[in-house]
Amino acid sequence: MVGILQDKDRIFTNLYGLHDWGLEGAKTRGCWNGTRDMLKMGGPWIIDQMKNSGLRGRGGAGFGTGLKWSFMPKEVKDRPHYLVVNADESEPGTCKDREIMRHDPHLLIEGCLIASFAMQAHVCYIYIRGEYVREREVLEEAIKQAYEAKLIGKNNIHGWDFDCYVHHGAGAYICGEETALLESLEGKKGQPRLKPPFPAGAGVYGCPTTVNNVESIAVAGTILRRGAQWFAGFGRPNNTGTKLFCVSGHVNLPCNVEETMSIPFRQLIEDHCGGIRGGWGNLKAVIPGGSSVPMIPAEQCEDLPMDFDALRELKSGLGTAAVIVMDKSTDLVRAIARLSYFYKHESCGQCTPCREGTGWMWRVMERMATGEAEMREIDLLLDVTTQVEGHTICALGDAAAWPIQGLFRHFRHEVEDRITSYRAGKPHVQGATLIAAE
Amino acid sequence: MSVRRLAKDQPKGFAFSKETMKTAQWWIAKYPPERKQSAVIPILWLVQKQEGWVCEPAIRAIAALLEMPVIRVLEVVTFYTMFMLEPVGKTALIQVCGTTPCMLRGAGDLMAVCKDKIGPRDKLSADGKFTWQEVECLGACCNAPMAQINDYYYEDLTPFEMGRIIDDFAAGKKPKPGSYDGRKSSEPKDAVHTLNDPSLYDGSKAKNLKLPNTEPVG
Repeated sequence: MVGILQDKDRIFTNLYGLHDWGLEGAKTRGCWNGTRDMLKMGGPWIIDQMKNSGLRGRGGAGFGTGLKWSFMPKEVKDRPHYLVVNADESEPGTCKDREIMRHDPHLLIEGCLIASFAMQAHVCYIYIRGEYVREREVLEEAIKQAYEAKLIGKNNIHGWDFDCYVHHGAGAYICGEETALLESLEGKKGQPRLKPPFPAGAGVYGCPTTVNNVESIAVAGTILRRGAQWFAGFGRPNNTGTKLFCVSGHVNLPCNVEETMSIPFRQLIEDHCGGIRGGWGNLKAVIPGGSSVPMIPAEQCEDLPMDFDALRELKSGLGTAAVIVMDKSTDLVRAIARLSYFYKHESCGQCTPCREGTGWMWRVMERMATGEAEMREIDLLLDVTTQVEGHTICALGDAAAWPIQGLFRHFRHEVEDRITSYRAGKPHVQGATLIAAE
Repeated sequence: MSVRRLAKDQPKGFAFSKETMKTAQWWIAKYPPERKQSAVIPILWLVQKQEGWVCEPAIRAIAALLEMPVIRVLEVVTFYTMFMLEPVGKTALIQVCGTTPCMLRGAGDLMAVCKDKIGPRDKLSADGKFTWQEVECLGACCNAPMAQINDYYYEDLTPFEMGRIIDDFAAGKKPKPGSYDGRKSSEPKDAVHTLNDPSLYDGSKAKNLKLPNTEPVG
């Protein structure tokens, strides 16, 4: 058998788009089955089940989904409740929500109905990133199908009036941060809000709002159908369930795959992704959870379970489970310098440490990549990363700092060698070692 | 932060086409009546589809339509990088993803092809047909390297395919979006070992079921 998870336990059964994404196809695969019975059991039952399943938010932070839902006010007062789905998938390395939206959109719509009902919301906005034009077209079409079949809308067959709207952004990574997303949904520039108040108290239009990732919402229907204990049966305690892994970079077969949480890294790569390019021994480093988490070197990857807690022990994180694999041919300093440019480009400009810090860190990283930097600048750079980290409204400052810290934690010697060579009149040329070896 | 300014040369006026206005009203209806401003990003996008870029008179027209201050629309249009503030290639706007996952798989080579065939980045080509840009992660990392051309994604590209796509656009053809590696989407190429169980697709999952955990406890 390949991997750990069996086909019968997969939630996203049309992950690769080999079958019909439309309503008929989705129903054949079990979507919308028993939804009315779930709603009959009531909101508290749904939230309890979600808590028991141990589902941790799939958008990166890993906060308990059931717990998040329970933060919404118990009664609807003068302000209506909203559900907002975060489909602004922009974390470099991550491409899982895209597959859900274009290949299994009905799982998402069903999840939206269930979550909205549990939180007494009648309206849900799905905020999809602007670049996903095709995905938006499919999603709009699927929502239309659901309206026509009376699955959602006013007086639908589920007995809970529910409107689901697609909203789109226009190319800002920061709008993946939940309060920036809400600002953007209100038609403003996406600059994160100070918390508190948290969205559950005052979110979109000042009303109680819950923001969830696409994957967290899309798994809800299947969890209730199969039972919380079924979902909780996968993975290690506190890291339960199945998860979409997006493996990119230097593997033979880059792909998205649904696996159990805590699958060993090596098994994930060798069973599903055709192994590391050039064999396991050619692995140099891995960014295990999207660009914001620090990299880990090959020697820590041997028996590494891919879950929140194991990666946190290595001072990294599971994030969105976007695994970026880098083999020995990789210029790690250049790779991280490119990420620094990404954060410089995507900083919203609201907080000074981030607005100025990301640009400063990028410029120094560029000189590190060529070797022009001075040796003492390494410690200066690390000091600046700690000045940015934790001193901004949102986590973009942290996200810009961590990849650099990860690089120097494990590969400081590479940067030092590069600076020394540059001083000795032997500057680093990208790809030079490769050509020499061949 | 990316610094973005309006173009120097601006047209005299702007008018919504009938089609754009109809779609704009459909967007506005999605939000509470007193929250029209929410539709600003989708409507800016519609205007860009209509004109090819966003000009200053259009910004004023949108502000009037949504009953919001012009400065708020200006803020939005200069903040979000998908809005083109000056004219771009009429045939193709090529946006090559250059962030690390694509870079690791050869985005640099794609950009070299673009530079070779079209000219410097961010500049309208001499014939006015093409513009190419390097953009940040487009979220198709399992299909790297890739580029967004006009609206759609062209994935698993090689420099050769990139060149051919540009030539096809130049010749007035419409190259097909999607993977250029023979993949359907982001499955492992020619090695799909999962989702092969026929019982997932034979309708047995659609049969009536009894939900678990619904018995009263105690």
